[in-house]
Amino acid sequence: MNESVISANDLSLTFETNDGPVHALQDINLDIEKGEFVSFIGPSGCGKTTLLRVIADLETPTKGVVKVNDMSASQARMERAYGYVFQAAGLYPWRTIGGNIKLPLEIMGYDKLEQKERVTQVLELVELSGFDKKFPWQLSGGMQQRASIARALAFDADILLMDEPFGALDEIVRDHLNEQLLKLWATTKKTIGFVTHSIPEAVFLSSKIVVMSPRPGRISKIINSNLPSDRTLEIRDSKEFLDIASQVRDELRKGSSDE
Amino acid sequence: MNKIRDFWNLVGPIFTILLIITAIWYASAVWLNSAWAYDKAKRANVSISFSEMVSDTMIQEKPLLPSPHQVIKEIYKTTVLKKVTSKRSLIWHGWITLSATLLGFAFGTALGIILAVGIVFSKSMDMSVMPWVITSQTIPILAIAPMIIVVLNAVGVSGLLPKAIISMYLSFFPVVVGMVKGLRSPDQMQLDQMRTWSAPKTTSFWKLRLPSSMPYLFASLKIGVAASLVGAIVGELPTGAVAGLGARLLAGSYYGQTIQIWSALICAAILAASLVAIIGVIERITLRKMGIQI
Repeated sequence: MNESVISANDLSLTFETNDGPVHALQDINLDIEKGEFVSFIGPSGCGKTTLLRVIADLETPTKGVVKVNDMSASQARMERAYGYVFQAAGLYPWRTIGGNIKLPLEIMGYDKLEQKERVTQVLELVELSGFDKKFPWQLSGGMQQRASIARALAFDADILLMDEPFGALDEIVRDHLNEQLLKLWATTKKTIGFVTHSIPEAVFLSSKIVVMSPRPGRISKIINSNLPSDRTLEIRDSKEFLDIASQVRDELRKGSSDE
Repeated sequence: MNKIRDFWNLVGPIFTILLIITAIWYASAVWLNSAWAYDKAKRANVSISFSEMVSDTMIQEKPLLPSPHQVIKEIYKTTVLKKVTSKRSLIWHGWITLSATLLGFAFGTALGIILAVGIVFSKSMDMSVMPWVITSQTIPILAIAPMIIVVLNAVGVSGLLPKAIISMYLSFFPVVVGMVKGLRSPDQMQLDQMRTWSAPKTTSFWKLRLPSSMPYLFASLKIGVAASLVGAIVGELPTGAVAGLGARLLAGSYYGQTIQIWSALICAAILAASLVAIIGVIERITLRKMGIQI
């Protein structure tokens, strides 16, 4: 039995708006084990981003609890238990790439020497070695997003939460980054939560796919993938891959058919 | 060949506008001063031709509108030809105004930044201070300047400081408004990001809010420094016109010395333009050093 690093119990979140309550999340039950790659997929408005934000303690649930590393979500945030990658790279234009990656390290009080070592180390991980002196505007969108992943990896968090990190990139860059991310997952052995709306992306990356449906936002099915961990892009033509993809697609269709 | 064309493309428009302004100025001078020229001729019982009238409008001692070359001559006379320690030197007067402007600008910038930080970090300050900041600017400075001078004089403060305070009164406003906007310019995602690192508020201030506000700060400083100069000049008016560009303006208007007024005005304008330009240079250097593309 593996230990569970993230667990949600009867989680609900309702936003009070002028047009009445919006049930962003309802009765979410989820366990994520150490070292898993979990994708959250669903149509817009299904609460996948909200769920990730609740895990990160950026939103507070109205009912139920989330435990991260056996702590409450807010405690886990204080302990810097996770790195978070947003939809946009969000690099500071007045800092170099190296300076941007150092930012969380400075905040967390790592010493200068260690900061430098870690920057070199994570830039290597995302294949951006030698770019630490460059400014963000000198990099392409894909490279900027890689730098932002490097920033989330720089400190000792064994959980990586990613909110549609490749959503704004074109498909070729996206494929490349997906492959890189898998390699990174294999080398770092981190637990990854990944929000996406792309079926191939979810199937290609994940060991577990959480399919969600909207109004109210809920989990409609959890699909475990048995694809080998050392997969390459070619696997997308295999029968196993297509089977899982069609399972996901059927589930998504079911979720939105009641509209 | 191309270099000459590039140069002309750059300088040509500026030169053209300058030429047009000068032409309009001369034409207005002829038009406005002609009445006095004809009046003089009538009293002397002579009739003057058009060209005689035109040449008279250029050399009047107290013209309604002095012609550009009269003003330039006066400025030359009172800057280059006078010792800077002389009370008739425009440089001496200019320095007096400039020192009050710079002190007031420093006060105003400091006050503006402090208020902006308070407003951004405290909801109650936002609610309570901001209305007063705005109200302060709806009161005409000409009405409040004598009060400040008189009140400060009564408590024994005179000279540079009262002028600097009036200067501050005008220049803190653009800094407050710009800095509040600048300190609030980081978007929700950037603030959330700081939260994921559980960064204390002071850290996100120094590392995120303050650097983000720099372009806004410089835009405000440019307005603020020009307002400071206006404040310093206004502050010189009620003190009995002792010294400074404001004093030159007032003395000139007492004695109908229009040439003196215009030369003081032009000097004030040149001073303001130089101050704004200096801030522009500092802005460029700072933002470039920060790596921000302008």
